[in-house]
Amino acid sequence: MSEANASATRITPGNALRPEDIAASDAVPSPEAAEYALWLGDDSLILAQRLGWWISRAPELEEDVALANIALDLIGHARSFLTYAGHASGRTEDDLAYFRREPEFRSAHLFEQPNGDFARTIARQFVVSHYQWELYSRLTHSTDATLAGIAAKAVKEVDYHRDHSLQWVLRLAQGTEESRRRMIAGLKLTWPYVEELFADEPLIDALGGAAVRPSSLREPFDAAVAAVLAEADLEVPAVPGATGGGRRGVHSEHLGYILAELQVLAREHPGASW
Amino acid sequence: MTGGSTTGDDGSTAPAAGPAEKRQPWPLWEVFVRSSRGLSHVHAGSLHAPDADMALRNARDLYTRRNEGVSLWVVPSSAIITSDPSAKEQFFESPQGKDYRHATYYSKSEGVKHL
Repeated sequence: MSEANASATRITPGNALRPEDIAASDAVPSPEAAEYALWLGDDSLILAQRLGWWISRAPELEEDVALANIALDLIGHARSFLTYAGHASGRTEDDLAYFRREPEFRSAHLFEQPNGDFARTIARQFVVSHYQWELYSRLTHSTDATLAGIAAKAVKEVDYHRDHSLQWVLRLAQGTEESRRRMIAGLKLTWPYVEELFADEPLIDALGGAAVRPSSLREPFDAAVAAVLAEADLEVPAVPGATGGGRRGVHSEHLGYILAELQVLAREHPGASW
Repeated sequence: MTGGSTTGDDGSTAPAAGPAEKRQPWPLWEVFVRSSRGLSHVHAGSLHAPDADMALRNARDLYTRRNEGVSLWVVPSSAIITSDPSAKEQFFESPQGKDYRHATYYSKSEGVKHL
């Protein structure tokens, strides 16, 4: 606790922050920064819930642990972002995670897409981790010191997620005929949801240097992803983009079910702990 | 997919079942972790991985989750030649009774300094 308090006093850009540091700090985000923190926190929270499904179901025990580690990293990022967002309205991370309704969630549609088979999960993770790496590596320079600090911790973890998923893209693409077929199918199902990640909403204009402009990430994302796909002898899927709307609380049919599972315990037994 | 799960395989593209091939388990690897600079790598356990690069990553995920290491080695288990447990007598009992192999067996000669 004293350690958390000590480091909470050092919210400076580039100083990696943990959720406990943020909970102990009195940094209050602007309403716009709080909304932006919900975008990023909800992305990670929803994907972590999705990935958790794989525990005990991955192709091998080792991969079970790998996916669970990634999910836990994402939970950590979500906790930080939601804790910070909650400071604007006097709510805790749990209030935000467990007691908001579907239209109040700000995650993009990609994060709520079904796991499908292992290749589809890898395709989704490949896109997400490349997107998040480009985002967080720039967010470390945010004029909002707390957002910068969350990004400083997250970027190193996401760097590993990026490596893990691209290793699998290469192996599945160049493994057997069946694994290659599944990898191609997984990418094709994932790609319609890429566009939404890079859409600039009006909120971004209001945030100025506190946020990273999503459209500015498209070029480096495309370059990084194209390099891996070329090495895997795969093509960038040519599919039309989905409608999106997650940042405004308009979600696909999947999110309600995810939230039901995520929230049921906390709503059934408010204040429960173990 | 069994019914009832909400966050799993719904909407998946389950493949048209091909000829069911029995999958070979991934090869076994031995993991060695160095806990800090200056110490040796110590055998930590083993794991399955399809190749060396993934073995290293799995080792990171399985054996350094709690800050255990600063360096990792992975070695194919098949590359390790082990002594035969049933040959314990020929291999390991010979030193018994050969105390002269220990420095403490010898008494210090008179007048030898700095020993």
